Amino acid sequence: MSGKAMNLTLRIWRQDDAEDSGRFETHEAIDVSPDMSFLEMLDVVNEGIIADGNEPIAFDSDCREGICGTCSMVINGVPHGGQQGTTACQLHMRQFSDSDTITIEPWRATAFPVQRDLIVDRSSFDRIQQAGGFISVRTGSVPDANATPVPKEDSDLAMDAAQCIGCGACVAACKNASAMLFVAAKVSHLSLVPQGQPERERRALSMVQQMDDEGFGNCTVTGSCEAVCPKEISLDFITRMNREYGRAILKKSCS
Amino acid sequence: MAAKKKTAAAKAKAAKKTTTQKTTQRAAKKVSQKKVPFKLDSAIPAGAMGEKWDKHRFNLKLVNPANKRKYEVIVVGSGLAGASAAATLAELGYNVKCFCYQDSPRRAHSIAAQGGINAAKNYQNDGDSVFRLFHDTVKGGDYRSREANVYRLAQVSVDIIDQCAAQGVPFAREYGGLLANRSFGGAQVSRTFYARGQTGQQLLLGAYSSLNRQIGLGKVKMHTRTEMLDVVLVDGHAKGIVVRDMVTGKISRHSAHAVVLATGGYGNAYFLSTNAMGCNVTATYRAYKRGAAFSNPCFTQIHPTCIPVSGDHQSKLTLMSESLRNDGRVWVPKDKKIAAKIRSGELNPNDIDDKDRDYFLERKYPSFGNLVPRDVASRNAKEVCDEGRGVVPSGLGVYLDFADAIKRMGENTVRERYGNLFNMYEKITGSNAYKNPMTIYPAVHYTMGGLWVDYNLMSNLPGLFAIGEANFSDHGANRLGASALMQGLADGYFVLPYTIGQYLANVGIDDRPNDDDPAFSAVQQEVETRINNLLSINGDRTPTSFHRELGKIIWDNCGMSRNKKGLEEAIQIIPKLRKEFWQNLSVPGENAALNQSLEHAGRVADFLEFGELMCRDALQREESCGGHFREEHQTPEGEAKRNDAKFSFVSAWEYQGENKIPKLHKETLAYEEVKMTQRSYK
Repeated sequence: MSGKAMNLTLRIWRQDDAEDSGRFETHEAIDVSPDMSFLEMLDVVNEGIIADGNEPIAFDSDCREGICGTCSMVINGVPHGGQQGTTACQLHMRQFSDSDTITIEPWRATAFPVQRDLIVDRSSFDRIQQAGGFISVRTGSVPDANATPVPKEDSDLAMDAAQCIGCGACVAACKNASAMLFVAAKVSHLSLVPQGQPERERRALSMVQQMDDEGFGNCTVTGSCEAVCPKEISLDFITRMNREYGRAILKKSCS
Repeated sequence: MAAKKKTAAAKAKAAKKTTTQKTTQRAAKKVSQKKVPFKLDSAIPAGAMGEKWDKHRFNLKLVNPANKRKYEVIVVGSGLAGASAAATLAELGYNVKCFCYQDSPRRAHSIAAQGGINAAKNYQNDGDSVFRLFHDTVKGGDYRSREANVYRLAQVSVDIIDQCAAQGVPFAREYGGLLANRSFGGAQVSRTFYARGQTGQQLLLGAYSSLNRQIGLGKVKMHTRTEMLDVVLVDGHAKGIVVRDMVTGKISRHSAHAVVLATGGYGNAYFLSTNAMGCNVTATYRAYKRGAAFSNPCFTQIHPTCIPVSGDHQSKLTLMSESLRNDGRVWVPKDKKIAAKIRSGELNPNDIDDKDRDYFLERKYPSFGNLVPRDVASRNAKEVCDEGRGVVPSGLGVYLDFADAIKRMGENTVRERYGNLFNMYEKITGSNAYKNPMTIYPAVHYTMGGLWVDYNLMSNLPGLFAIGEANFSDHGANRLGASALMQGLADGYFVLPYTIGQYLANVGIDDRPNDDDPAFSAVQQEVETRINNLLSINGDRTPTSFHRELGKIIWDNCGMSRNKKGLEEAIQIIPKLRKEFWQNLSVPGENAALNQSLEHAGRVADFLEFGELMCRDALQREESCGGHFREEHQTPEGEAKRNDAKFSFVSAWEYQGENKIPKLHKETLAYEEVKMTQRSYK
């Protein structure tokens, strides 16, 4: 499992806070093992920076197994670094070669202001979910789980959408900074299961409204979101959401 | 964007109006701290096991619906337990403040649970029942859990599945549209519900959606990127917390009628674990230092199926779901020499004949085979590696082989069941598990110990509740697979929302101090002093270097197996390391900014004290049980040997002051329903 150690040059975005204009800083990463994850490589660089009495590079990560959606960095121009279906935390250094120069930046979007270095504020995503990304059930007021059969195909498709980890790579990749893939994943998941039907139209309308209010751009179907999505959420869900939205508008105007 | 801000502000204003009106105007007084005397009363209701919870619910005091909105409850943590509790309390009408250190409540580490959630639904008609789930959980916990709590857990397990299905959780289903199940370690029935390999994620997103609904309605005020640094007691009752805003560094105080800690486990004491980077013991340890008893800190779970360590740079370990043991077969070569050749790369595992392989779990435990409980599987892996039969370069790894499963069901079925796990394995190791067997090794995964709580999930400090992994109550000395999700959601959806009402009804609406109460000022002062201390040491070593060193001490001496000598040594070394920490730590930057080194330093400082407590607990427990394996106490076959006569108790440690030996209290465990036997999975 081991390979030859590498020496790399990192061009990293540094920014003290939301007001700071920010700049690139260059750091050398020496003796990098190919078995390291990308973030472990940054950990090692940070240990060196602290040893020199300087402030380490701030970056977000938590589970480091590709599921919490915390890690968020653009590596060589691609959110999460470009390995198919992989978050930055699961990207390993064996994907790189000795003497590479690697550029590392935060997500860049108006709705994701930078808080420090590579860390951004993604609370806009939470607010979109708060606007309607739920089924209104109170704890305890529910029927037996098997009282409502769900066709396996629908449930599987709902799961395909529900896998979204809310990392925001879709927004970071999009030239319009659109959050359509993220919103589409939630709208699709809940509109595909029978439990989600009663609020189907209301949900689509309010989530899309909130998305627009947060300052995300429009979708021009370039597909860059799908290409970088670490959970490989399909662009088809955007089509599905547009249908849901259209359906909701029609129903609203007919009633 | 402007319109949104306006509504948000209006909502906040409205919420504030309802919550701050009725706070008591306490006259300025000294930080008079009437201490509540230390007492452990498990408050287990009388009556037959099957009727306790029903009767207790009837006997619990209720808070009038019109009065609920006059109460404020703080929930710290937004994982399965915290999010479900916060949402449910808000649905009931309480005003809730919820705090998490992550940037969104959706990212709590419950999200990483892969395999599933147990429930006694008996949908498979294979003889499952509430009693069987209860029985399996008590037995799996090696008879060190509290029977009444476990019975209730099994009872409410069925409601959890209903609740989650209603939230739209896309559980795995059969073609008829009904829910599918799989089996898990320590059980002979199929009672585990799952959503591919992402069950924790889907359940958490379900709880998060309910939480979001309440945030949108203004009933929950969510504080993200906010770390709880201490709990505030007023006259011995938990009445609030002091927190740090992790973006601005601002320290603030929050008062409430009650405080709920849903802050997870302490597995990161080992540095390397499957926990998320941010998981820490600070909230529960701070509560301990304020007088809450800490129970069974030495009960930690080592998960048998993790990806082996690849080098010194390693920042965390990755779990491969236990569900893999349904179809994967665990083996090492029979012969040390063959193992050595595999390690050096001369031999390929696929070339080893079946007769030269030792499927050691199937050999030693014919009836449970690869599905023995986690502690048993882990110890056996360690044992064969200690014999020199490990198969990865470090020597610390065994195979988990799917070749037979692929032959039996075809690669597609295996992919359908475990595809995402195989992908994850390949990303991390660079090896394709459809072609080559996986390599696995045990790693710290879960901690059964936690704050002592009574039947109402309240600690010995009135008003302070602990739910989910943060408490000790349900898993004894070993947790069964797919039971963590069950417990987190049981506590949050179906237990705490009832039991907290009793406390609130008793103390009354007026029993909430203002947050300018002197008790709050005093705690805030202590928090700020501590932060300043961390920043002003200006030494040479990073928080990570201390954390790594501590982790190694604990792993070596209080890990998969423990002995007297090692534990005594650790108790000598840890205080020295702690001393060095406070003299030679380097934390660059300042408090008034986003400062990850500072965050980490504060957590490591607490681990440095807590690690010693773990070792003390392991040292006093002169027996082996579940995840706690004392080398001095084993059966002739090398299995854990309990000492029920002397150790059938829950340890509950009471803090005595800086650098003083804590005091051990005991809650005796009596088993009415389950007969205590030597666990056997043969």
